[in-house]
Amino acid sequence: MVIVAEAKQVVAPGEMVAEGDHLTGDNVYRVGNQIFSACVGLVEVDGNRVFVVPLKGGYIPMVGDMVAGRIVDVGLSGWSVDILAPYPAMLPASEVPGPRGARRRDLSTTFDVGDMVLAEVLAFDRTRDPLLTIKGPGLGKVSTGRVVEISAAKIPRLIGRKGSMIGMLKRETGCQITVGRNGVALVWGKNPESERLAVEAIYMVEREAHSRGLTDRVREMIVKTDAVGELART
Amino acid sequence: MPEPKSPELIDEKGIRIDGRRLDQLRSIKLEVGVLDKADGSAYVEQGKNKILVAVYGPREAHPKHIALPERAVLRCRYHMAPFSVEERKSPAPSRREMELSKVIRESLEPVVLTDLYPRTTIDLFVEVLQSDGGSRCAGITGASLALADAGIPMTELVAACAVGKVQGRLALDLSDAEDKHGEADLPVAFVPNANLVTLLQMDGLLTTAEFEKGLQMAVEACKTIHTMQREALKKKYHEIKEVVEEKEESEVVA
Repeated sequence: MVIVAEAKQVVAPGEMVAEGDHLTGDNVYRVGNQIFSACVGLVEVDGNRVFVVPLKGGYIPMVGDMVAGRIVDVGLSGWSVDILAPYPAMLPASEVPGPRGARRRDLSTTFDVGDMVLAEVLAFDRTRDPLLTIKGPGLGKVSTGRVVEISAAKIPRLIGRKGSMIGMLKRETGCQITVGRNGVALVWGKNPESERLAVEAIYMVEREAHSRGLTDRVREMIVKTDAVGELART
Repeated sequence: MPEPKSPELIDEKGIRIDGRRLDQLRSIKLEVGVLDKADGSAYVEQGKNKILVAVYGPREAHPKHIALPERAVLRCRYHMAPFSVEERKSPAPSRREMELSKVIRESLEPVVLTDLYPRTTIDLFVEVLQSDGGSRCAGITGASLALADAGIPMTELVAACAVGKVQGRLALDLSDAEDKHGEADLPVAFVPNANLVTLLQMDGLLTTAEFEKGLQMAVEACKTIHTMQREALKKKYHEIKEVVEEKEESEVVA
């Protein structure tokens, strides 16, 4: 049982990461006794499990993910939602709380094309397109705030370990920020300036996702822009 | 009209017209992530070849009927810009371009883990900006880089290189002039770890012995290119190596 690659080392597809009877996690594959990387990423070891954290890639839905999407079509029994994944998502009318029957005949009165919704992935597997639900706290139509689209692979960094990065952003800018796993962040601020600052900070996290001391640097940037510390207080 | 006499391609010392030895590759430059809007991209220079590759996907399949229930569809378009050769090339896809699109796709399909993304497509665009012989091989080299850059899982990078016969002698990585006036051309795409040849075409005539020697030469060259590919891919993320601890933060805890 030998880990050939250093932990957190950048590997290319086809590079050997370990040798022996490790368990294989995501983005690695086994040939005989050797384990290889299947994408560009960082090698991670968790107990006996070896896996690679990808550095790029789009969003693939997972059951339980919170996602933000836009309504692209209104049907008879639900809505089609674009969640920036390779699969079109459906939000069935039955997953939307509210009155039923005659008042529900025209679904476009609830959500119309172009509306932004915050939803949770209810079901998804390789044979079916994702099903969404908005039954849950904080889910539903989003009619205010700013939408920030970043790469889905950078979302874990935006959240940070135990939410350190997102917590700092909320504290320092005084904004409410919600992050969808599909790479869409929603920002609500008390004034346009704080929103602009939060958006700027989110883009900074995306740009410099893999550099050292990022949380501190982002905080510095926010404090510098907002010299009087007005935003956090208001 | 008599055939114009072929230029002297190899001198008595075994040096080719562009100054290379018979077993020498042209200078290669590989760059990754050159296009911001594409999901993945690469730029390849091999001799005077200049090739841009863009990858989109996995994305929703359009038209829908091309989607497969068990895996992603890989689509490839090889295209030469009208200004890529001396005499204007019509921008419409030619028979040759359609063939190359097909062979490039088929040389990459064995390595891409398409079964992870059922019912989707991965679109690959190989655009030749300047052509100087061996562009299908340079295209494959660039395409596998662009796929990796898009974060698409694949078992390995594919490298490709051609070997040809010029004035009765085997020469590696033919340039345009050598290809035109030479006797044979043998493009090879190779996957090193799996020891797999994913493209093998032959134009012209070679004896069995020449073929075997030529294939060996091409495979060795592919291994060299493969090392360069890995370096090019990692160069983009070189800074990350220093951020070892910071990376821990990126794991989702919530």
